[in-house]
Amino acid sequence: MTFFVIIEGVLAFLLVAGGIFAFNGSLGMLRLEDFYMRLHGPTKGTTLGIGCVLLASMLYFTVTQREFHVQELLITLFLFLTAPVTGHMLAKTGLHMHVRFSPRSRGSLPEFHDEDVGQGRVARPARARHPWRTRKARRSRLRQGETS
Amino acid sequence: MLDTALWICLTLIVLAMALNVYRLAAGPDVPDRLLALDTLYVNSIALIVLLGLRLNTKIYFEAALLIAMLGFVGTMAICRYLLRGDIIE
Repeated sequence: MTFFVIIEGVLAFLLVAGGIFAFNGSLGMLRLEDFYMRLHGPTKGTTLGIGCVLLASMLYFTVTQREFHVQELLITLFLFLTAPVTGHMLAKTGLHMHVRFSPRSRGSLPEFHDEDVGQGRVARPARARHPWRTRKARRSRLRQGETS
Repeated sequence: MLDTALWICLTLIVLAMALNVYRLAAGPDVPDRLLALDTLYVNSIALIVLLGLRLNTKIYFEAALLIAMLGFVGTMAICRYLLRGDIIE
């Protein structure tokens, strides 16, 4: 009996904490003044909030259905892996598109190349060449060398 | 206690989604809108998980996993398009 009361308390705490964290992340995204400041809220707060909610769901189904339940752990792991990657790509996109800086978020960008901050041209990879085409060209070049 | 906590969490996440929709509509730049869309799908995953808790079923987890993967791929594709002008080079 006490076990279920404790589990219920933990579940309620995790749910409320998850909701507060998710709301906090979205509030930060709404209220902060700059794109680079706004990036902080969703990448940290919302990820932690959804982690709490998924943990609560996992605990609930593990206790009520009396079998270990790991599907939510899969979603949690996936989201925790992809959120930093998304934040990195969004920051690179913002730098590339010259999103307006607020004076309070200005800083040096030592680790970016010129094309990352939009100062230089984007380096394009060389056009892919088909191997059969180069082989044929080399063969024809060899044949011309033989004739001439 | 669990029911009250569930309703509180549901209300907070729906409010968060409303804030995301506001930022999606009023974002001054394209990366702002993209960030709002990214946060919107993460919050929708939380909403679906809470619906599964409320209805006491497990059939919504596949939908949540699908939304997570497709949202990540979509965000990556739009980021690549804005960064390089091409998705697959």
